[in-house]
Amino acid sequence: MINTRRNFVNKLMLGLFSVATFVALVPLFALLGYVIKNGITSLNLDFFTKLPAVMGMSGGGMANAIAGTLILIAIASIIGIPIGILVAIYLTEYDRYSWLSTTVRFTTDVLTGIPSIIIGIVVSMAIVAKTKHFSAFAGGVSLAVIMIPLVIRSTEEMLKLVPHAIREAGYALGISQRRIILNIVLPTAAKGIITGAMLAVARVSGETAPLLFTALGNQYWTHSLFKDPIASLPVQIYTYATSPYDEWHRQAWAGSLVLIAIILCLNLIARFAFRSRSN
Amino acid sequence: MSTDNNRLYESMGDKVLRYVTLLMAILVVILMIWIGWQMFSSSQESIQHFGWAFITSRVWDPVHHIFGALPFIYGTIVTSVVALIIAAPIGISVAIFLNEMAPSTIRKVVAFLVELLAAIPSVVYGLWGIFVLAPVLRQSVEPWLTKWFGFIPWFKGAPVGFDMFGGGIILAIMILPTITSISREVMAAVPTAHREAALALGATKWEMIRLSVLSYSKSGILGSIMLGLGRALGETMAVTMVIGNMPKISSSLFSSAYSMAAVIANEFTEATYSLYLSSCIEIGLILFGITLLLNIFARLLVWSVARGPKGGHLV
Amino acid sequence: MIRKTGRILTAVLTGVLAISLVGCGSQNQTQSSSGTQQTSDAAVTLTGAGSTFVQPLLMQQVAEYQKNHSNVTINYQGGGSGFGIQHLSDQTIDFGATDAFMTDDQLSKAQGGKVLQLPVALGAVTLSYNVPGIPEHIKISPENLANIYFGKIKNWNDPALAKDNPDVKFPDLAIIPIHRSEGSGTTSIFTHYLSAISPDWNSQVGSGTSVNWPNPTGKALGAKGNPGVAGAVKSTSGAIGYIELAYALQNKIPYAYMFNKDGKWVLPSLEGASADAASFQVPDDMRVNIVNGPGAAAYPISGFSWALIYQNQTDKAKGTAMVNFLNWALHDGQKLAPSLSYVPLPDNLTARETAMLKTVTSGGQPLLK
Repeated sequence: MINTRRNFVNKLMLGLFSVATFVALVPLFALLGYVIKNGITSLNLDFFTKLPAVMGMSGGGMANAIAGTLILIAIASIIGIPIGILVAIYLTEYDRYSWLSTTVRFTTDVLTGIPSIIIGIVVSMAIVAKTKHFSAFAGGVSLAVIMIPLVIRSTEEMLKLVPHAIREAGYALGISQRRIILNIVLPTAAKGIITGAMLAVARVSGETAPLLFTALGNQYWTHSLFKDPIASLPVQIYTYATSPYDEWHRQAWAGSLVLIAIILCLNLIARFAFRSRSN
Repeated sequence: MSTDNNRLYESMGDKVLRYVTLLMAILVVILMIWIGWQMFSSSQESIQHFGWAFITSRVWDPVHHIFGALPFIYGTIVTSVVALIIAAPIGISVAIFLNEMAPSTIRKVVAFLVELLAAIPSVVYGLWGIFVLAPVLRQSVEPWLTKWFGFIPWFKGAPVGFDMFGGGIILAIMILPTITSISREVMAAVPTAHREAALALGATKWEMIRLSVLSYSKSGILGSIMLGLGRALGETMAVTMVIGNMPKISSSLFSSAYSMAAVIANEFTEATYSLYLSSCIEIGLILFGITLLLNIFARLLVWSVARGPKGGHLV
Repeated sequence: MIRKTGRILTAVLTGVLAISLVGCGSQNQTQSSSGTQQTSDAAVTLTGAGSTFVQPLLMQQVAEYQKNHSNVTINYQGGGSGFGIQHLSDQTIDFGATDAFMTDDQLSKAQGGKVLQLPVALGAVTLSYNVPGIPEHIKISPENLANIYFGKIKNWNDPALAKDNPDVKFPDLAIIPIHRSEGSGTTSIFTHYLSAISPDWNSQVGSGTSVNWPNPTGKALGAKGNPGVAGAVKSTSGAIGYIELAYALQNKIPYAYMFNKDGKWVLPSLEGASADAASFQVPDDMRVNIVNGPGAAAYPISGFSWALIYQNQTDKAKGTAMVNFLNWALHDGQKLAPSLSYVPLPDNLTARETAMLKTVTSGGQPLLK
């Protein structure tokens, strides 16, 4: 009798967990389905090669926004990835246990949770207001600030996986610590580090909020990375989505499809092409 | 080049790398402090002008230079709580399903799909919210809830679709992957021996999950929920696109409202006088403060289960 | 393999170290522009932002202007009039546009010195709505309009609305008043109008680029920019919102008759806005609100949109390009206005503005020849 009840509860709960998993995936398919359905019909060559059409006119594309997003990602990566890796090196190779590394590690975790819009405000006050320009640089810096803690975390995990024996072997041969780190430890963990960095890139490439205050937008090509505002896919999608023009709505869906495709590619490449053997 | 020179060069290189990495590590801490300081110092004007009343005042009136953050705090908290009520049970269930039940092929696929949810940009959620979710809520879900549960004040009123309910649902979808992945992390930290012990004592699978997995990892799961909450509080684009952007406090979830992040997105660059700007930044400061505390607390909880404060003990 | 990756990583890290140590010293490197034909004028990029009221016209003008001036790129971002004022003041953009002229207080805070405010467009604000099954143009009296935005008229089947529209069968549908979520000159025009016709509105809410909107029903929505409001009206049944006429026409959104000061029902139109403006004298500093003017044909919710530029330009090339474009926009560019239902600015006004543009200098030299 008790056993039947226990069995029933067991089946019920396990059933609920399965149903919940199914429910969790419904919005994903609903969302991807709409993005693909509405986006694919508006994708054509013009979308990738042309500038946006004048407000209220049909045609045009998002060439500058696609390029802008790639440029912003590049700037963010150039700034964010090295800093992230260096910090992770400090945390694993030089100082694993002191109060300082604990503080840094904790700050990193907390920094991941700071809303991106706050970072947008601060970068806008620090760079846009000082340089007197909305710029790709300001946008890239705000994305870099979001990336840094992500890169630190993933790199640190990867460096920790490198066996101590390898480092000790290096010391035994009289190799300097710098060479051990740069020539032995980093290369050993390289695939994992690249994977982590690419996931961080994927994570920031869809960021919109900080760009509103830093990169602004541009309906043309950007001539100067430090002086001109730059278009980006997320901001363009936002502008188009909240407009009344059907043509822009279609392009917003198409833009979303392209943006998700970029992010997905980064994810898949990171996961499969650079899958670390030690993982 | 003599050996001595070489050695000197090597030790110089050692020092440079060491100090550069140290510098960068300190830079991260400074960055954090600097963000907080920037927010704090830039909101001084409004802090001094309004004092604590800023947090309790419901009026946001740029014409008459009166600013209060309560409607934004309220909108943020209500949407986040709605999101948690939906996402926490589902997210934890998914984690249990993946860690304890699913065969490895299904686990890989489903885990990937759930992570995909996290990879979709906020603005795309917003786009979907405007054109797909809001009409559905407005035409079917909300009228149905009003019909059957209209006696509860939360579900009163004519449906709009662009409201706290819609905001909460979008947020629920967005924070689910956070809750799932961190819950999985802490559940994976439960020693297998605990599971085996429960099963050996004749526990059913559910009893095993309840007695060994959940009870062992409950503080970590709580941490995952709080991290999800942190993400919900600070989420900007999707919310501003569906919440209705209206700074009013209403008991009905079917009322338009505003969130802290959304008002910053809309008004930070528009504020035409310094008190206005300072008030926007103070809202940011409050948001910063809340998410900071929440994250500190949540990280401590997660660390206590899955990963010690020391870096050495990786699960 | 490992050695090779290691070398690359070392090289990358060293490079980045160098960059980060040098710091941000090299900020003024600019990419060479891709323009191949080197005309006598060097390539200039201008950044403007602000009003979305004037955006449809301005974007058309920019596109037209660039056909003959390929060396000038004018990036105009909407963002709302508040954005235009704020960022002209802190000099992060080259020119602003607003439909609420800058106040003395705002002018005094502009960091780049004296600001010139030049009317560049005259247009009408429509009350657009999305109500299935009712005609393209209903009549909304001033009292009803104020009450809708006060939240006192909550449903389209309210008898007060039916009274002005005896032939219309209104559905039972909640009214969703939509307003702007950011600092907006269109809001300024609209709330000036509401303040003019409703003493209650004047005392309780007032007028400005952002106001404290009443929302007793919890149904009012805020949306960003004229495009945002138009989009929200279009996608939300039961909605009503105030948008520039061009947006209503371009998107085929129905809009209402307004009751003017002379007691006539008028539709927003080029002529209506023009008649409304005609009764006002534009002062020397060009700052004038023209809502609710007298005249049988006057459409009461009309307004100017101003371009904002500094009288003293620090960058001569930019300044020159800007005054030339604005001067073109004030004259030839006005030919584009009627097709988008903006009123072409009267010649006597544009002549005065050209005179103003001639006072714009850089290093003491006037820029407009």
